Amino acid sequence: MDATEIGLWGVPLAVLGGAIRVSTPFIFVSLGEAITERSGRINLGLEGTLVFGAMTAYAVAVMTGSPWLGLLAAAAAGLCFGLFHGWICKFRGVNDIAIGIALMLFGSGLAFFFGKPFIRPSAPDLPAIPFGGWSDIPQVQAALNVNVLFLIGAALAVFLWWAFRNTRAGLILRVVGDSSDAARAMGLNPNTVRLIATGIGGALAGIGGAYLSLYYPGSWTEGISSGQGLMAVALVIFARWNPLGCFAAALLFGGAGALGPALQSVGVTQGYYLFYAAPYILTLVIMIATSSPSRSLAGAPGELSITK
Amino acid sequence: MTERFMLSRRDLLKTSAAGAALGLASASFPISRAFAAAVTVGFIYVGPKDDYGYNQAHAEGAATLKAIEGISVVEEENVPETVDVQKTMESMINLDGASLIFPTSFGYFDPHMLAMCEKFPDMQFRHCGGMWNKDKHPMNAGSYFGYIGMGQYLNGVAAGHATKTKKIGFVAAKPIPQVLLNINSFLLGARSVDPAITCQVIFTGEWSLAVKEAEATNALVDQGADVITCHVDSPKVVVETAAGRGAFICGYHANQSPLAPEKYLTGAEWNWAKVYKMFVDDLVAGKPMPNFTRGGLADGFVKMSPLGPAVSEAARAQFDGTLAEMMKGGFSVIKGPLKNNKGDVVATEGQTFVEAAIELESMDYLVEGVVGSTA
Repeated sequence: MDATEIGLWGVPLAVLGGAIRVSTPFIFVSLGEAITERSGRINLGLEGTLVFGAMTAYAVAVMTGSPWLGLLAAAAAGLCFGLFHGWICKFRGVNDIAIGIALMLFGSGLAFFFGKPFIRPSAPDLPAIPFGGWSDIPQVQAALNVNVLFLIGAALAVFLWWAFRNTRAGLILRVVGDSSDAARAMGLNPNTVRLIATGIGGALAGIGGAYLSLYYPGSWTEGISSGQGLMAVALVIFARWNPLGCFAAALLFGGAGALGPALQSVGVTQGYYLFYAAPYILTLVIMIATSSPSRSLAGAPGELSITK
Repeated sequence: MTERFMLSRRDLLKTSAAGAALGLASASFPISRAFAAAVTVGFIYVGPKDDYGYNQAHAEGAATLKAIEGISVVEEENVPETVDVQKTMESMINLDGASLIFPTSFGYFDPHMLAMCEKFPDMQFRHCGGMWNKDKHPMNAGSYFGYIGMGQYLNGVAAGHATKTKKIGFVAAKPIPQVLLNINSFLLGARSVDPAITCQVIFTGEWSLAVKEAEATNALVDQGADVITCHVDSPKVVVETAAGRGAFICGYHANQSPLAPEKYLTGAEWNWAKVYKMFVDDLVAGKPMPNFTRGGLADGFVKMSPLGPAVSEAARAQFDGTLAEMMKGGFSVIKGPLKNNKGDVVATEGQTFVEAAIELESMDYLVEGVVGSTA
């Protein structure tokens, strides 16, 4: 076999590579949202946080020459957005969904405003670890170039899954999310817990943004997110608020998104618009397959405004 | 019926105020003549002005107008191809006093720009692309475009010499005639070097989708393409991704060589400054502006990026020779015998389509050797 001709093997390889490359922002945003929603609040503003994080990371990386400082700055910016959301929502009569939408628009707008001078310069990328060294095929090597953030995201998903069940912090989070009254009776302040949860959620979304601008696709443009932050929020519901489910759903979305270009590249060119709809069709199919009238919102935190 | 003759209070105020000001000005201030010559031109972009691509090319053209005395330029970026663009045009006319508007994106034309043409019959609208048709559309509208397919042919010449795998790749947005002509030209340019070369095309379905463009570029390189070009609004992501995978690049819209200096072969660029100045000169001189404006390399509408360091001597010679041929005029990219990639004849033996051939503006096929489909 010619090393440059991999033919139909390109499709599964592209889906695998795409799952690894494209999924990382979904992983971080959905894990962040899972933490926030487990505390009983919805932060729809993570799309804005993602875009602002992407811009901040890129700008700081351009100015300092260090992608890690960019990553840190993006996390800090995301934290600020999250804390702001958490702080406003503690006031009586404030709707967390409306604030989220406002922050989404605000975050994107602010990112476009500050991001103008950074569209042209090139920033250093975050490093990737080559796991494909065992193979002689350059395509396999390219697909298995795994960014450290993906690995961190995977570890974080497992850690959160464990921590929600087995740690005191996880218990506090779940109590606050399921019943404010019970939490108050235990002497907990739901607002403080939610403030912290939303802040952490924002920081994770900021890291997701840094991945977009500093690794894949690896440049700052205003259309960089194209709605990934919103989709990741939806993934949390799809994943039933389970961190491992979030990770799996993100991989599924990434892999299905790579299907369209990969099929065209091997000559399956008819109906590519249909293949581009694959992630959404897949979501719909799984939603229908797993739905049941008796346990419709199983796993949903009781304090969430969509379940109240 | 009576309603038609009723003047709203606001209109009455506006008209009388304008009349008074005009009367006053012409009577007492000689400065009014300078105002009379002042022209406001509106530019509307679908994306950011500095995207290393389509919008940047237009904005650079608009920027040269700002330097001309008596011309003021109003711009709005990130305007979606929806009813939003109608609002933008209305506010440019009503609030900024624009008398000539350039909605630069493909989807602005129908129905948005056409609606505005009807609403403001005294204003002039010129759309970038090939949509205007004198039998169907109003005379205060028009279209302008450049024969950039010639540039993609030259890209193809450079690509044909650079490719080792005999496979080149094209990341395209939507299968509209201008994009199809670019894809076909790129392949035919490469085939003028080696007829065995094939071109793989991937359509992303949208003008600007960073992640999908990166995925498409990766998929092309995975399948062995070693020279990549594109027709999307912002080629930045494609250029950086392809260079990162070790493929050569041919640019599009603007000069992207700073993004990948070693891998950049050449690129087909717009030179809108020339076109916009032409329109504005006509407007200031009070001459009717053309409705149908086209031009190519020889007219200065289109230019090529300087050849990169990876271009061989043989490639350079053929590139320069082809370019000189094009500058003479009458060069045909699409010439018979030629089949499309479904096996149907699109040009018979001896049939040629020069760059100005109107048939090319309704192209709906990919030529033999392009792997891809228009739907």
